[in-house]
Amino acid sequence: MSDIADRVKKIVVEHLSVDEAKVTENASFIDDLGADSLDTVELVMAFEEEFGIEIPDDAAETIQSFGDAVKFISENS
Amino acid sequence: MRRVVVTGLGMVTPLACGVEETWTRILKGQSGAGTITQFDASHLPTTYACEIPRGDGSDGTYNPDDWMEPKEQRKVDEFITFAMAAAEQAVTDANWKPEAEADRLRTGVMIGSGIGGLQSIAETAVTLKERGPRRVSPFFIPGALINLCSGQVSIRYGFKGPNHAVVTACSTGAHAIGDAARLIMLDDADVMVAGGSEAPISEIGIAGFNACKALSTKWNDDPVKASRPYSADRDGFVMGEGAGCVVLEEYEHAKARGAKIYAEVVGYGLSGDAYHITAPAEDGNGGYRSMEAALKRAGLTPADVDYVNAHGTSTMADTIELGAVARLLGDAAGKVTMSSTKSATGHLLGAAGAIEAIFSILAIRDQVAPPTLNLEEPAVETEIDLAPLEARKREINVALSNSFGFGGTNASLVLAKVD
Repeated sequence: MSDIADRVKKIVVEHLSVDEAKVTENASFIDDLGADSLDTVELVMAFEEEFGIEIPDDAAETIQSFGDAVKFISENS
Repeated sequence: MRRVVVTGLGMVTPLACGVEETWTRILKGQSGAGTITQFDASHLPTTYACEIPRGDGSDGTYNPDDWMEPKEQRKVDEFITFAMAAAEQAVTDANWKPEAEADRLRTGVMIGSGIGGLQSIAETAVTLKERGPRRVSPFFIPGALINLCSGQVSIRYGFKGPNHAVVTACSTGAHAIGDAARLIMLDDADVMVAGGSEAPISEIGIAGFNACKALSTKWNDDPVKASRPYSADRDGFVMGEGAGCVVLEEYEHAKARGAKIYAEVVGYGLSGDAYHITAPAEDGNGGYRSMEAALKRAGLTPADVDYVNAHGTSTMADTIELGAVARLLGDAAGKVTMSSTKSATGHLLGAAGAIEAIFSILAIRDQVAPPTLNLEEPAVETEIDLAPLEARKREINVALSNSFGFGGTNASLVLAKVD
């Protein structure tokens, strides 16, 4: 797994208090990992912080799963 | 009007987490005061407060993880976590965690706070200033709003009745219990979880109350002596923190399910001073009128009162309240015991009225008045027994609990034994 994926996974595990094994490629933050809409806002903020990037609101809305996050960050950092 | 009784109690106080643990310690004359540990207060005029004993949850310590998932705690200010702990204790004590929708629809929540998420607001203001608006947490607002104690409790237990929150400074807890009781009396609910919560021990909280000259400052070397209501050398209140919640229930509803009944809320009075933003009217007429209104509602006379849990903050206002109580009691003054439990707990602001109502209820249950600590030299002479230093065993059938707040807002509750 890439360094980016590891770092994203760590953030997701910490913020959502979920088992690392559940954070799979297609795991949806809301449907599979118990997040609500405010949790996803906070996750995006944490990604911005960790990777020193800015994720515009329209892009943030497309980040629904662990895979989405890794893909977006890989392409934009 | 429907009768309202108390069937569950819960509290987190500077003496302990838990009702019985707190009560045992208060009767023994223990104090919750000490040098502030939550932050470095050495640069402030006041370096002490009454902090909740934090720990692993054993021996009366408070472990927030016992009451709220760590993941959820991170999203709320501490005053909400305190309220969750007190509410959980109260509904467990009352054995009221209904599964039936009909019961949930008839159960409401009214937990207030004087200030709410003060520390969260302070921290977020710094984040905003230093790092900009994009770094403000989405949980900042719902974690700091005062009515989110009631919101969070309702969500946890599915209570879908009236959901409300009181904000009347240091009268909050008493107003919440009184107003919630009225909702039951008026048939808007059968059960209400009511109380107050406060987490003001932070740099901004101490600095703010220091600035308005409300806090004690002279006892940095001996904090347990600092909260000394009625003493000639008192110099201000000692900040406390914590929460208190009661389960209020319509009398027939409680009887029908065989609930343990602690006491009845027989009277509730409210008044305004219309005088000053922080000081009470010098003749104490606001407090006098709230007590008078509460007794009128109870259908009792001053001679029926056995115990008064005073507002008694250890400020100049103590003697104003004492004068008002003495005038109200008249010839009956000599048979009443009045104490200030703030001498042991400090002043929990919006939670004070709630924990003091609970102390009044326990005074009725155990027929003992908790003591006023540090009272060796009273500022004035009075016929009223102020229970100095030691708890007073005595007959207590009717207790009056006073709470007065900044802005000139007064609330008095009358609680009575149920035979």
